[in-house]
Amino acid sequence: MSELKSWREVPIAGVCWKLSTEFKTGDWRTFRPVIDQEKCVKCLTCWIYCPDGAVEWNGERVDINYEYCKGCGICANECPVKAIKMVLE
Amino acid sequence: MSLSLNLRELAKKPKLLLPGHRLCAGCGASIIVRQVLLASRGPVILVNATGCLEVATTIYPYTSWKVPWIHVAFENAAAVASGIESAIKALKRRNAYKHDQVDIIAFAGDGGTYDIGIQALSGAFERGHDFLYVLYDNEAYMNTGIQRSGGTPRGAATTTTPAGTVIPGKAEHKKPIADIAVAHKIPYVATATPAHWADLIRKARKGMEVKGPAFMHTFSPCPRGWRLPPEQTIKIAKLAVDTCYFPLWECENGHWRLTDRSLAIAKNPKLKKPIEEFLKPQGRFRHLFKPENKHIIKELQEHVDAVWEDLLKRCENI
Amino acid sequence: MATEQRVMALNGDEAVAWAVKQCNVDFVAAYPITPQTLIVERFSEFVANGEVKTEFVAVESEHSALSACIGAAAVGARAFTATAANGLALMWEIVYIASSLRLPIVMAIVNRALSGPICIHCDHGDSMGCRDAGWIQIYCEDSQEVYDTIIQAFRIGEHPKVQLPVMVMLDGFVLSHTLQNVSLLPDEVVRQFVGYRKPVEIEVPYLGKVPMILDPDNPLTFGPLDLYDYYFEHKMQQHEAMKNARPVIKQVNEEYYKISGRKYGDGFIDCYGVEDADVATIVLGSTAGTVRSVVKKLREKGYKVGVVRLRTFRPFPAEEIIEALKHVKVIGVLDRSGPFGGFGAPVFLETRAAFYDQADRPIIVNYVYGLGGRDMHPGLIKQVYDDLLKILETRRVERIVKFIGVRE
Repeated sequence: MSELKSWREVPIAGVCWKLSTEFKTGDWRTFRPVIDQEKCVKCLTCWIYCPDGAVEWNGERVDINYEYCKGCGICANECPVKAIKMVLE
Repeated sequence: MSLSLNLRELAKKPKLLLPGHRLCAGCGASIIVRQVLLASRGPVILVNATGCLEVATTIYPYTSWKVPWIHVAFENAAAVASGIESAIKALKRRNAYKHDQVDIIAFAGDGGTYDIGIQALSGAFERGHDFLYVLYDNEAYMNTGIQRSGGTPRGAATTTTPAGTVIPGKAEHKKPIADIAVAHKIPYVATATPAHWADLIRKARKGMEVKGPAFMHTFSPCPRGWRLPPEQTIKIAKLAVDTCYFPLWECENGHWRLTDRSLAIAKNPKLKKPIEEFLKPQGRFRHLFKPENKHIIKELQEHVDAVWEDLLKRCENI
Repeated sequence: MATEQRVMALNGDEAVAWAVKQCNVDFVAAYPITPQTLIVERFSEFVANGEVKTEFVAVESEHSALSACIGAAAVGARAFTATAANGLALMWEIVYIASSLRLPIVMAIVNRALSGPICIHCDHGDSMGCRDAGWIQIYCEDSQEVYDTIIQAFRIGEHPKVQLPVMVMLDGFVLSHTLQNVSLLPDEVVRQFVGYRKPVEIEVPYLGKVPMILDPDNPLTFGPLDLYDYYFEHKMQQHEAMKNARPVIKQVNEEYYKISGRKYGDGFIDCYGVEDADVATIVLGSTAGTVRSVVKKLREKGYKVGVVRLRTFRPFPAEEIIEALKHVKVIGVLDRSGPFGGFGAPVFLETRAAFYDQADRPIIVNYVYGLGGRDMHPGLIKQVYDDLLKILETRRVERIVKFIGVRE
């Protein structure tokens, strides 16, 4: 839980005031996906299927954002060239 | 703004559903939401019914939404969307609204749509409000612990339809929610899965563009509730379509069309797989493979085939 | 001071519709239920004839009516709905949500008995049932007050320090379906008084100070999941808003007096014959008129009796009631809703609790009356006063809660 504030300090109506990007879900995983950049054809199949938006494309290469990756393994399972391996953390 | 189906182009769009949400690893719903939002053509306002998506993306004080978003209750996503849509008209009338065009999208699970939410949905359809309703169907009340819903298929084990010795899983068939939407004669109804992403994104965009109510029935695999390893989410969605358990179609002003993989299967029936292939990987159907329950698989196959044949007759593009 | 006003013969429901017509309401969503139907019907006529610029949505249930109003208010529109009894009961969960979202929706409640058995007649059980939902609650005595209060309600609820929804009550059939000469202010005067809704600002770290609405330019998240770490704090904020509403209710009452020549006591209570009274009653709604006529007759005979009409029930004006009645020896609280299993009925409980700490507190008893539209005629009211005067004399209370007008 975040550092707890008094009722006078938080906005009214229960409106949220923190973005979830501050909550790192990367510590959920048991396995982490590792991309073999040599094999990767940059088709972005992993990117479109990632439930967490933890696959990043910077215009040149595909990388996993390990701060948020929950290790579901969809990317590895769907990669058409088998460029992603799930490795035990 | 035209829609690009090029992944590299789509990848340039800003993230509207942020990482750090607490949906399960491998959750189908989050993939669907990401894809629907990629289809957006401008500003959107989201309404979300109570359920997995709502709860896991807005655990106070955190939010994963970079779009205006409101959750009110379980059964009224369509009613809230109706209010937003009409109020914007009123505000525009007195020049108090700065956006020319905003797409209103309601997200709800099978919980908030098939059963408790059907009244509000039907009312909103009848009144013809201009909004897109996206049903993410994970086939049970997943957020409260995997209880059966009107969207749960025949034979599935849920906590309220357990695989018992006397009653082996849900007795009733899945309610044809998309057919109900078509029966309301709304301008656009479509089915989609996150596995067939181009089809889903194209349909989502169409739903937003259409004037009047649009309904998308999306197939949302749930690793937790379906007892499936999380990496199988996309594969199981593909099997759902390949077995014709969840056909991909759209109905525009009463004209039915098969799309994507389902169209291919219609043209080449050899591609259709037996229902066992969809059932086998899922723990919620495991009991159906016992000899005393095999008749249920037969019933399911007959049901799927009957619905598929009916669909083939209705579709105009085969 | 008071402006030139047009007098029209209107029933209570029509008075509501006319007030809403003049208040620049952007959005109305409603579902018909007797005795509220005339509000919706009259307003529909205004819409059909292009006399208002309001978006009127004929929703498919009361639950959807308030849900749609929430959606509308959340984008910054001024929203209104009306219902009664079971309609209110159906939207009950949404009533709580509307106030937790701090949306200044105004809702007219045409008080009617809750089923079952189904009874369409006047009873306060419906609005009393959601007295703790966080809405401001104001009970009107006559159709003139109904018209005036609806107009005031938008000002009260939308005040930046309040931001709460407001329920305005009128007695079913007694007010809703009887004609009265109602003085209507000119359109311009009302328009000036209420203006257009101006959403408040809210500050969140990732956006800064932005309007508290659903706005694609400043994407806010409304209606999150609270765990045990923040729900209590959010409720405290609503509690604080209720406290803030107190001076605003008084202030709006005064301001309205300036433009109309009409005020309702201090906005909270309206006293008659109480200054020198030994015995008094507290009553809500239209029955107050009948009580006043009985009090007048008794006073003419020399009895020191009075009546307080309680106008605003939420926030409960404990201080004002104590100040007005602390010298009174016996108070009879008239409740038009039943105390099933409770020590007494709602208004009685609040009053008695408020007086508990007073050194020389009055004897306070409860009279439950008028359930399901049972007429509270002058004869019965006289019975109440006879009873109170007897208690004054004997200083003995045989029963704290009595039921008046029921066949034993």
